[in-house]
Amino acid sequence: MPGAEIVLDPSNVLRLLAGLGVTVRIGLVSVALSLPLGIACGMLMTLRNPLIRAVLRAYLEFIRIMPQLVLLYLVFFGTAGAWGWDLSGEAASVVVFSLWGAAELGDLVRGALESIPRTQYDSAYVLGMGRRQAFARVILPQAVTRLLPPAVNLATRMVKTTSLCMLIGVVELIRVGQQIIDYNRFAVPTGALWIYGSIFFLYFIVCWPLSILSRRLERRWAR
Amino acid sequence: MDWGFIARYAPYYVLAAQVTLLISLSGIAVSVLVGILCSMVRHARIPVLRQVAAAYVELSRNTPLLVQLFFLYFGLPKLGIVWSPEACAIVGLGFLGGSYMAESFRSGLDSVASSQADAASVLGMTRVQSLRHVILPQALAVAVPGIVANVIFLVKESSVVSGIALADLMYLAKDLIGLYYDTTEALALLVVAYATILLPISLLGTLLERRLDHARR
Repeated sequence: MPGAEIVLDPSNVLRLLAGLGVTVRIGLVSVALSLPLGIACGMLMTLRNPLIRAVLRAYLEFIRIMPQLVLLYLVFFGTAGAWGWDLSGEAASVVVFSLWGAAELGDLVRGALESIPRTQYDSAYVLGMGRRQAFARVILPQAVTRLLPPAVNLATRMVKTTSLCMLIGVVELIRVGQQIIDYNRFAVPTGALWIYGSIFFLYFIVCWPLSILSRRLERRWAR
Repeated sequence: MDWGFIARYAPYYVLAAQVTLLISLSGIAVSVLVGILCSMVRHARIPVLRQVAAAYVELSRNTPLLVQLFFLYFGLPKLGIVWSPEACAIVGLGFLGGSYMAESFRSGLDSVASSQADAASVLGMTRVQSLRHVILPQALAVAVPGIVANVIFLVKESSVVSGIALADLMYLAKDLIGLYYDTTEALALLVVAYATILLPISLLGTLLERRLDHARR
């Protein structure tokens, strides 16, 4: 098939990899921000205060029911329209993914914490541990094993969803691919096939190991 | 809030919502078909096809829909396969959703112990009868929450088809923002439109889950 040279040209390969770098950076920063936010959210969700519960519930449901692209529009265009904020596309993306991650991870943390039987706390107290000690040494290690597989899964979803950032003008992997295709429109007319095919596999190469890791962890800790 | 704008453009959102619904429902139908096929191939352990199905599931689950769509819509025409954006969107959603549906169906089927099928055949049921009266009711009860989650996921994912110039809800909102700068109103209508579509599905799913939960009822 003609046109393969477009993905073999070293300068194009470097550009695509730089685009992938932006994609991975948005994903990593968002995951890094989601972790503390999600843990905080999850711990708040286990509180008995009805007001806090209702607010967090509404937040979680809103984030879950809205397409991620709508959330991106809300933060990118919405804040500009309503308050004149001038967020960059990348900043808006990180904000949306962190809010999303905080909600989803929060729910996972809540589920993991609530799945640990009351007797575990009681046994820890009987052994003379304080509240903090019991949480750090008994509850947390058990919760983490239940939490990690779905959390890795969430990270995979986040990396995949970074593809939407190009629709609010972030120059990431897909946008770079488009630029290469447009630049070579006449020299390599079949460029789109090769470039989009390569981007497809680049995403796969990043996401597949994460999926496998998530499954492995799940299997190991299921026992 | 400019209520005049909302009154003027709300009807357009109804039209765009129809596009979103049409694309999502067609995509979901394709996903269910692909999912049934895949889960049957894997459940019956048919050689070769089984590996193909497994590879497909991995490819489809580990790549974003937008990239799948761009490949179908901009890439494949270079091989002489030219599609309408609608066909592309439906095939794309089907390609993505098929693997999610397959996993849900499979988890349902796997949850039914093989002794159930043996027991049914001992009672003199045919294979079809045993499937209809014994296996599927139990498998569905396990699979339904996953299937409903997939349906919601696919309707949400359909927002991405605006990227290949289909005039769905997303596309309309972006168009109105670009034309009139009534950003807040255009986005408010967008949120309301998606909530109107997705909340009932979510509620229906909860009801269905309870209704089908034979084992724990």
